[in-house]
Amino acid sequence: MIRFSSFGFRYEPNSPWIVRDLDVEVLDGELLVVIGPTGSGKSTVLRAIDGLIPHFSGGEMLGDVTIAGYSIREATPTDLAGIVGYVGQNPVQSFVTDRVEDEIAYAMENLGITAVTMRRRVEDVLDVLNLHEVRNEQLRSLSGGQQQRVAIAAVLAASPRVLVLDEPTSALDPGSAEEVLSALTRLVHDVGLTVVIAEHRLERVLPFADRVMALTPEGVTLGRPADIMEHSRIAPPIVELGRIAQWKPLPVSVREARRMAGPLVERLAPLRPPPALAVTGSTVATMNVVSLRYGQTPALVDVSWDLAGGTITALMGRNGSGKTSLLNLLSGMRAPSTGTLLVDGHDPKSMKASERIASVGLVPQDPGTLLYCQSVAQECETADREHGLAAGSTWAELEKLDAILEASRHPRDLSEGQRLQLALAVVLAARPDLLLLDEPTRGLDYEAKWSLCCQLTGLRDQGVAILLSTHDVELAASIADHTVVLAGGEIIAGGETRDVVRQTPAFAPQVSKVLSPEPWLSVHEIRAALEASS
Amino acid sequence: MRTKRLVHPGAWWLWAAGLATAGIATSNPLLLLALCTLSVVVATQRGHRHVASTTILGFVKIAVFVVTVRIVIQVLFGQRSPGHTLFTIPSVTLPSWLAGVSLGGPVTTEALLTALQGGLKLAVILLAFGAANALASPRDLLRSMPGVFHEVAVAITVALCFTPELMASVRRLHEARRLRGRPTRGIAGMRGILVPALEDALESATMLAASMGSRGFGRSIGHASTPRLNRGLVITGVLIVIVGGYGVLASDSTVPVPIPVSLLGLVLVSVGVIRSHRRAARTRYRRASFTLAAGLIGLLGWIPAASFWVLSRLGAAGIQWSASPLSPPPISPWGLLAIAVSGAVLFVAPAPVEYGRVPQRGTTLVEAHG
Repeated sequence: MIRFSSFGFRYEPNSPWIVRDLDVEVLDGELLVVIGPTGSGKSTVLRAIDGLIPHFSGGEMLGDVTIAGYSIREATPTDLAGIVGYVGQNPVQSFVTDRVEDEIAYAMENLGITAVTMRRRVEDVLDVLNLHEVRNEQLRSLSGGQQQRVAIAAVLAASPRVLVLDEPTSALDPGSAEEVLSALTRLVHDVGLTVVIAEHRLERVLPFADRVMALTPEGVTLGRPADIMEHSRIAPPIVELGRIAQWKPLPVSVREARRMAGPLVERLAPLRPPPALAVTGSTVATMNVVSLRYGQTPALVDVSWDLAGGTITALMGRNGSGKTSLLNLLSGMRAPSTGTLLVDGHDPKSMKASERIASVGLVPQDPGTLLYCQSVAQECETADREHGLAAGSTWAELEKLDAILEASRHPRDLSEGQRLQLALAVVLAARPDLLLLDEPTRGLDYEAKWSLCCQLTGLRDQGVAILLSTHDVELAASIADHTVVLAGGEIIAGGETRDVVRQTPAFAPQVSKVLSPEPWLSVHEIRAALEASS
Repeated sequence: MRTKRLVHPGAWWLWAAGLATAGIATSNPLLLLALCTLSVVVATQRGHRHVASTTILGFVKIAVFVVTVRIVIQVLFGQRSPGHTLFTIPSVTLPSWLAGVSLGGPVTTEALLTALQGGLKLAVILLAFGAANALASPRDLLRSMPGVFHEVAVAITVALCFTPELMASVRRLHEARRLRGRPTRGIAGMRGILVPALEDALESATMLAASMGSRGFGRSIGHASTPRLNRGLVITGVLIVIVGGYGVLASDSTVPVPIPVSLLGLVLVSVGVIRSHRRAARTRYRRASFTLAAGLIGLLGWIPAASFWVLSRLGAAGIQWSASPLSPPPISPWGLLAIAVSGAVLFVAPAPVEYGRVPQRGTTLVEAHG
């Protein structure tokens, strides 16, 4: 269906090749997952399938890619419109119209499909992606999960033979991600659609994959998920668990793993996970029946919660459940409609800017928005000056995070993980007592995520109170002491992470799903417990 | 099956253009106010609930701002004409190198009313097009554009997306600056925000173009290209209409037989549009055809303008009004009747259909913007 022959690509002549000597074939009707660390060329491979590379990017291309017999050397994305559907990382940027139905019909209008057929296909994809309720809504008023589904519906309606998705679940909560992926699997099985997905969150997509293509600096490997996972440096928790327990073949889904889990459960029976960290720090932030309304619509309803120094709290919940609103209140960007909210004993909204940044720091979803200088070094100097710190403080902060950044690079040219580290250093230089992070693992590969975890636990040990809003259950399970779940602006569950995430499968990490009802949450605590016992 | 009747977006724009023209044709503040009210009422009654009210509200705010600015400028810099002095503000004469303009001085009732009158004229135009925006989004209109205007439509679509994207980006960066405790006001604050915001918005525009391309946009142009003849017909036609229209409107023009000239132009445009339409390879989802009702809506919009023009020609009082000599604006029954007739669109256009909506969740809007 799709054949890469000696494909290579780079944006500038003389710069290093992003992809080189790629010789693979994607079969008709398979679901292929492309994995690899940041910068390994996943997006390049995906964009080449749609002809966006080289037609929209420029650059230098070697070899060829053919899709259903069409070579991307000749066929433009427009020519491929009826064959390939491409959904990029940010669905909002791909929307051409205002309304859901119009957006879905857009590609069909361009292809000249008759009005009657169009009507039927629109109804079909509305069904498949469960978008009936919002069919006449404005695209911008939808939640992230709905927008992602509309973007998929919009390319699906043109009935392409290949669907290409770049990180389709990175912005979605576990429930919506599940919905999108099961819709895709259904399409693969029912109509023989060929699907190519690039994704960092392997735990979500691996169970659905027919084959996996791993892009590594050493080369490209293509094979069945279990075989690829055998040697992959990037692996979801379930695979790491399988490696510890020496399961053969390695399981990629919870179902497979549970069948093999018996002996491991026995070995773990006499052991207990480490007890929850006792809260020793003083209370940094308090919320007392806090509510927030935008006009008539409530965003937060009677939220009461305290955040203590030296703890990490995870804030979870569906897209649109009020997580970002809560972060906006704590960071002083908005004032609550009713109730009291204090950080370091003061109302963050009425604090002076210089006092506020010394009390609370927020790293937004896109950390790049915090950065505006021309180089890493300049960014650090500016932060020192703004915060009235001794020269070099921010740079020192960056080194404490073990970040290896070239001082002369432009923040725009850094990887997602590096940009996050720089933004974190800038925020931390003011020494806030409360650190807020909005969806910090979005777009991070496993390695970057692991180093973020180490940095956050390090900060916790220094007594900082950390609140992270996240959809990533694995992150919450591995580092959060407490977890709060929001739904419709209300706190519906809150307490020690081990208790909260095991209450429902939607928020349970893979390890817990495999070993339930045993109380284990993460691979590293199991590894530590086993090593201590032997 | 739904029985929703769609009004062709062009009908609303035609209707609004009529109201705006009526606003230019009269100078009676009462009639101008009536036109403003009509625009707002129709927009809120016949537009989609969630979109229309916010859109028209935005335009009302702009209109109020425009009227206020007009009056403030009149008070500060306006020409000092004789009349009934309302109050006096201290007057300053600028030095001669600043053109020797004099500021302040006595403010007369006449001057204020004239400023209000001018402001209201602008308000009518703003609100009429605000109503058109609320009733039929400009993107809907563009989708219904005939093939000849295809490239123009693309450019406008990208531009339409560019502005909200830029605003969203500015808002996001503004918040980020506040998070860092940075100044967000003043030139320094703006410079730090504007450049990255423009970068973001440009990037989005490129993404949009890529998305349009990979979803087959422009195929129809490539395969069944609009022949040069059609395009030539349309361009020539438009030029002739402009010349003829100038002849009709400007009384002292030198264009011979303006009305036949305009008609000739219109015929050329129509031939070009119809010819290109036959060749278009694109299809339309739920195409709103230009029905009798749509034609009626467009026609009703032009009744006030036409009546005002005829009434003025007949020398009927009440269409034109001047603040000096000072007198209350007359009530013009015929003028008001014409505006009321135009309001009959409320009976012609179907009420907007609201689909089964999920209850709005509080934060979706906010979180959708990150």
